[in-house]
Amino acid sequence: MRVLVQSEPFDFGKEAQDFASGHHTMGAIVTFTGIVRDLADGSLDRMVIEHYPGMTQKALNKISEQAMERWNLGDVLVIHRTGDLAPGDMIMMVATAAPHRKDAFEAAEYLMDYLKSRAPFWKQEFTSDGAKWVAAKQDDEDALTRW
Amino acid sequence: MKLDVLYFAWVRERIGLAKEQIDTEATTVMDLVRELEAREERYAAAFADISALRVAVDQELTDFEASLSGVREVAFFPPMTGG
Repeated sequence: MRVLVQSEPFDFGKEAQDFASGHHTMGAIVTFTGIVRDLADGSLDRMVIEHYPGMTQKALNKISEQAMERWNLGDVLVIHRTGDLAPGDMIMMVATAAPHRKDAFEAAEYLMDYLKSRAPFWKQEFTSDGAKWVAAKQDDEDALTRW
Repeated sequence: MKLDVLYFAWVRERIGLAKEQIDTEATTVMDLVRELEAREERYAAAFADISALRVAVDQELTDFEASLSGVREVAFFPPMTGG
């Protein structure tokens, strides 16, 4: 299990390659990557992700441990960026390794659902009109009820 | 007791502080909120709608009824938007 919180960009290809290699008993690797989405009118200048430094790593570790307990997984990787990002930048990635794909897919969805609304990150969008905090979506909160 | 109180995102902006140390006898998070609200308008504004806020005690998410016994750090923030 590896959990990284960093301001620097990450190399998705290398991370996915490293994660996928060396797991001889894992038949399935699932990766998910979150990208900074521009606004519908293309007006997003940048996004800033604030976080709670003391708590972020702990919260992500806990979510990852819960996934490892709940599904038959060989490994979990979570990388989440903080600070300044531009439209199109990769914000985060998760990867799961499991003997079979169902566990890998479900665990990746679980990780995403939990880190959306239970890890202490806050997104702020900057446009020429100023800064705006991204509001949490009820759908994201509702998504947790299925687990 | 002395507590470190942290604020994030728009709660931080509304209060105008990221962190402060508070000497308090509050026994629950809600007691602490009432004490802060009574201080100044900017606190009252930040805590006006508790349902729009989340709280962590010693870096674990909890609720506003949580005890502050033995606690060192309390953080207030809006619902999280990770991922």
